[in-house]
Amino acid sequence: MPTFNLKINNKTHTVEADMDTPLLWVLRDKINLVGTKFGCGIGQCGACTVHVDGNAMKSCLLQVSQAEGMKITTIEGLSEHGDHPVQQAWKEIDVPQCGYCQAGQIMTASAFLKKNPNPSSSEIRNAMHGNICRCAAYNSIEEAVKIASEKLS
Amino acid sequence: MKPSEQIKFSRRSFLKTSALASGGMLIGFNLFNACKADAEMPIDLSQLNYNDFNAFIKISPEGKVTIFSPNPEIGQGVKTSMPMLIAEELDVPWEDVYVVQAPLDAENYTRQLAGGSQSIRHGWKPLRETGATAKQMLVNAAAARWGVDASECKVNNGIITNGKGETLGYGDVVLEAANLEVPEDVVLKDPKDFKIIGKGKGKGNVDIDKIITGKPLFGLDYKEEGMLYASVLRPPAFGQILESYDDSAAKSMPGVVDVITIGEKVRALFDAGKKSWTTQLSTTDKVVVIAKTTWDAMKGKKAIKAIWKNDSSLESTEFHDEKLLELLNDNKFKERRSDGNIKKAFKEADKVVERIYEAPFLPHNCLEPMNFFANVTPEKVHLVGPVQTPADAAKVVADLLGRDLEDIHLEMTRMGGGFGRRLYGDFVYEAAEISNAIQKPVKIVSSREDDMTTGIYRPASKYKISASIKDGKLTGYHLKEACINGNMYGLIPNFFPAGAIENYQVDTANYQSNITTGAWRAPFTNFLASAEQSFFDELAEELGVDRVQLHLDLLENVKNNPDPNIEYSPERLQGVLKLAVEKSNWGNVRNGVYQGLSVYYCHNTHVAEVADITMENGVPSVKKVTCAVDCGIVVNKLGALNQIKGGVIDGIGHALYSDFGFKDGVPKSNNFNTYQLIRMGQTPKVNVHFVENGLDPTGLGEPTLPPVGAAVANAIYKATGKRLTKQPYMSHLNIETEILG
Repeated sequence: MPTFNLKINNKTHTVEADMDTPLLWVLRDKINLVGTKFGCGIGQCGACTVHVDGNAMKSCLLQVSQAEGMKITTIEGLSEHGDHPVQQAWKEIDVPQCGYCQAGQIMTASAFLKKNPNPSSSEIRNAMHGNICRCAAYNSIEEAVKIASEKLS
Repeated sequence: MKPSEQIKFSRRSFLKTSALASGGMLIGFNLFNACKADAEMPIDLSQLNYNDFNAFIKISPEGKVTIFSPNPEIGQGVKTSMPMLIAEELDVPWEDVYVVQAPLDAENYTRQLAGGSQSIRHGWKPLRETGATAKQMLVNAAAARWGVDASECKVNNGIITNGKGETLGYGDVVLEAANLEVPEDVVLKDPKDFKIIGKGKGKGNVDIDKIITGKPLFGLDYKEEGMLYASVLRPPAFGQILESYDDSAAKSMPGVVDVITIGEKVRALFDAGKKSWTTQLSTTDKVVVIAKTTWDAMKGKKAIKAIWKNDSSLESTEFHDEKLLELLNDNKFKERRSDGNIKKAFKEADKVVERIYEAPFLPHNCLEPMNFFANVTPEKVHLVGPVQTPADAAKVVADLLGRDLEDIHLEMTRMGGGFGRRLYGDFVYEAAEISNAIQKPVKIVSSREDDMTTGIYRPASKYKISASIKDGKLTGYHLKEACINGNMYGLIPNFFPAGAIENYQVDTANYQSNITTGAWRAPFTNFLASAEQSFFDELAEELGVDRVQLHLDLLENVKNNPDPNIEYSPERLQGVLKLAVEKSNWGNVRNGVYQGLSVYYCHNTHVAEVADITMENGVPSVKKVTCAVDCGIVVNKLGALNQIKGGVIDGIGHALYSDFGFKDGVPKSNNFNTYQLIRMGQTPKVNVHFVENGLDPTGLGEPTLPPVGAAVANAIYKATGKRLTKQPYMSHLNIETEILG
């Protein structure tokens, strides 16, 4: 089985895995970073979103062989103390219901706000389109992204 | 239970305390006698084990307070709101309380389940009483130490003060308190003295820090040393069973540990009549690939070459539609309620209005796919994972493996959604059967495709509603329901409009299918409310009366003719209706905005909703929903708003967009690229207004979902002139519904 060196949350991890293993399952089963969630496996729900070289990407679609050499950040590495402005906003207005999709939502929102710290409402809606919240906490997610943008800008 | 019926709380004998080995006090309580689970729960759920239910407070000598939250957390917020009830009466600052999920404990707790929006309603007095009892024991201990009468002591935020101004903390007296008699006559706080319940913006989710930093919380996150992963291959079509399979390719894969079949044990159990909801889903033989990682198991499953054979009919949506319409048009109904003389009313009518309303099957689509951990050893059976009915699951596993119930240790994880799917423990039995076969710790993990295509679906249903009009008045109302497998049972006939119309009848009929069906968020009413409240919109137009006034008048009839069987309160329905009308600026919206109204009672809560829509290039877009809610005292406003807004948007998503059906027994959709779940761009802003009346609280996990479909449909009628009777409404409008992925 081939070996891969992955740069995750500023640490290098050496893992053995089949070439085609999605990064999602390497993170969850091999490196024990279970904050990145499995929802659909086909890039439709966004629960597995991580940052790859600063861009929000669905880790279920990224094979481990493609992830080598890239800077990967997961929800566990978004901030040292869980106080990234997006995390703060999520806490401030108590966004989660079941909470399962929220790591993915936060990773999408944080990558988006880095590029566009002062977005319009429709820009927020477009940016968050790929993340499903089955509990439908969308009003709160939208508001939290807005609050986070105010903290950042 | 009728709204007027009060919960009695004369069950002191169940209260018990014990001194902990580590020091401190543990106090338990029992809800069974307080909250008899009578007919308020639908029949499917009555299969569940209701017995009784407990929660615990633990106070350490250092004064730290731990509250064990007894019920499973599926996102409905009970892990926060139930402990709030205890903390209020215990009189400790919420900030000092540490909340822990209690395990399944068949001896000390039962009714550990999440379903029917009942947790807060059932827990309201007993949970507060538990806190008050603990507080009184601590006060009694302090009073004894000071040698004063307990009545001269006061408590504030966990500090006891006597008449001389001396103070003791809870931690100072907890060891003595644990050895005292349990007091018989605790006094609950007057709601005006509440410091936690209903105060300010509410309390945030107790798991918030873990959720936003990605800490392990969910079943899918649970791991144990040496744990293997299992992927289960089930028949692709309802009606098919396994004939044979070739596992040679799968077994040659490096990550695959073993390939086995399961099904025999569950089948034997069901054949012995242990469960009435026998499902092919659970009882057929299944091929299980056991591997070192989830991905290995999923890949291994794809490499299995299985041959399936037809065992019963392979049904399609067209067939179901035909069967249900047939049922609506013949007379093989079971009568559920009959008032007056419906035949006479229709015979004498000047006009009869009749409509058929239709809704498809729906999968639950919890974002965390079904999964469960099991480790079966000669000593015990260790089960960990997300299930709404842990007590029931543990009992079935004990039967399944021929073990004593005491051997079964079940731990509940936070759940990535439930919506009714996790009421059914099929995945727990599968995990237990697999671990029993291999005698190793194992976790089964469903793929999204497994989850969506081997579900326990909201049954497809059709309603025929007829009304008779004589001299401009509504004289008769007849509702017929035809459902796959079963739906309404005895409950709904006493909902509105029962009691409001002189001649009234509800009849039901079922077609028994091999498609597995069960409870789905707001079972029984999630579509019925859409049908009924769309029909009343049309009736108002037929009668030439104002929609709001028609409803107010019908409710006035109920007030004038009290009926002890009526489930809802006409006063409270009028209250939410007036509030929604006022707050939505009903009837005074600007051009281009169209409004629709819906008023409904279910799960003990009264709700009225107004949807504001616009048409954009011929496509309706829901912009705003004004939601008026009467749930009595709002225990935790933050949590309540989450439930209400989530229910409304979930309801809109499924009414407008979500479709599900079968072709020769095979589900038509299997993932989110072929099934539309609502996304942010499709959501309105939900504005919530509470009726403030100080009455005992009722649940919020479900009641705001059912009415919203009709509010939207009625608004779309105003915009387009088209009455929508078939969900998903977008398809009925013939609007191209490309799945937005």
